[in-house]
Amino acid sequence: MTVRFENLQKTFQSADGEVHALADVSFDVDAGSFVSIVGPSGCGKSTLLNILAGLETPTGGRVLLDGIPVDGTTDRIGYMPQKDQLVPWRTIWGNVTIGLEIQKKKNPSELQRIQELLQRYGLSDFKKSLPSQLSGGMRQRCALIRTLATDPGLLLLDEPFSALDYQTRLTVSDDIHSIIRHEGKTALLVTHDISEAISMSDRVVVLSARPGRVRSIHDLTELRGLSPMERRDHPLFHRYFNEIWKELDLVGS
Amino acid sequence: MGLEVSLHRAEYLRRVKHMKYLVWTARVGLLAAFFVLWEAAARLGWIDAFILSAPSRILGTLKDLYTSGELWLHLGTSCLETVVGFLLGTIAGALVAVGLWLSPTLYRVFDPYLVVLNSLPKTALGPVFIVWMGAGPGAIIAMTLAISLIVTILEIHNGFMSTDVGKLRLLRSLGANKRQILFKVVIPANFTTIVNALKVNVGLSWVGVIMGEFLVSRAGLGYLIVYGSQVFKMDLVMATVLLLALAAAGMYQGILLLEKVLKKHLGVSS
Repeated sequence: MTVRFENLQKTFQSADGEVHALADVSFDVDAGSFVSIVGPSGCGKSTLLNILAGLETPTGGRVLLDGIPVDGTTDRIGYMPQKDQLVPWRTIWGNVTIGLEIQKKKNPSELQRIQELLQRYGLSDFKKSLPSQLSGGMRQRCALIRTLATDPGLLLLDEPFSALDYQTRLTVSDDIHSIIRHEGKTALLVTHDISEAISMSDRVVVLSARPGRVRSIHDLTELRGLSPMERRDHPLFHRYFNEIWKELDLVGS
Repeated sequence: MGLEVSLHRAEYLRRVKHMKYLVWTARVGLLAAFFVLWEAAARLGWIDAFILSAPSRILGTLKDLYTSGELWLHLGTSCLETVVGFLLGTIAGALVAVGLWLSPTLYRVFDPYLVVLNSLPKTALGPVFIVWMGAGPGAIIAMTLAISLIVTILEIHNGFMSTDVGKLRLLRSLGANKRQILFKVVIPANFTTIVNALKVNVGLSWVGVIMGEFLVSRAGLGYLIVYGSQVFKMDLVMATVLLLALAAAGMYQGILLLEKVLKKHLGVSS
């Protein structure tokens, strides 16, 4: 699935005044690619995802999904929030099937597909467990399977690892990266962690401080095909890191 | 090694059991001591049994009530009024709370009225209900409703509004409508709030029923208390208070049981 942001603008109105979250954002996400958006906190990264997911409407410009403008939520997009947001009163199975339940698509073949996803990613033994019985990394994997369960073409990841400790973060991002690649999904990751962005994506979009606009776009062609762990050891990793760091630094000052 | 662990375990279990035994002995002992002391004080003339009654006299009164068949009439009347008032207050309160959750504008409009109604002492409305509904069970149930309804609305609505925004956003991103959001996230997430509202309402319903029966009634525990005090039959008053305590405790236990069953049935681990 391809995504095109065209001169996207967003201004929030409140009793205290206006907040310009996004000034003018335009960039493309190619089908099957993994794109990260980095920027200083409050630069409108999450707003960008919310607009794309149809949860908020832009004040200017538009977003095209496979050439068609976004208008409300769609089952072609899977949204993975900051915290796993597993509901504590449902079992793992109840949690990963909640999307199909809402979209009234709970049929044997879909359920079989989810069963296979759980099997493939090592969670089938925990089907009847409650989320509280799982480790942070497993919960995150479960949240990803819930996102994949409705078979969306595009995944939106909103700082999905920020609640995890450093060790878990590294292994889980490796896990999730390979799952997304294996399932052939297009992915858009929002993060404030530069190394996470470089280790996972084909393209990194750097946003400026609020109001957000695209500051630069980096294509990480040399790192293609490597896993996040391998990328962290790659000699070019630090060059990219420093480049992006300097841009963010300039943006901040 | 394994033996050592199990020894510790046994010691721990023994202590837990001992503690439980101790607490129960103290509980029962305290009650027994209270009644024995009361009875002794009455018999030895330390207190005036005509004014303060005595356990033996209370027991006698209960026996008389039972043989004359009045016991079940009065107990039944009050329990029925309480259950009806409780169900009406809880169901209507929950429905209004859902309505206000669905429409934030509606809530903003009604907010000041709810605040005023909540702080108003509802017993002041008693005479109004009597005029409107007539001197009978209708006025008593209206009284009960007035006492429990507003609190239920405020409490449940407040719980609904503080549901985790992240979970709401997740459901919206999956394309859920308001009804799905309500039943799949908002209500289960507020299980504890709802059960707490039930617990508070049982107590409030009893307050409403007894208040109502004080004002108008020809039967019920509240009627017995007023009647007893008017003719200076303190044995009857004390016996009724005892019955009231037992009935109220029984209904509260019923709610605890309901909570357990629902928890098991819904798989909610609050």
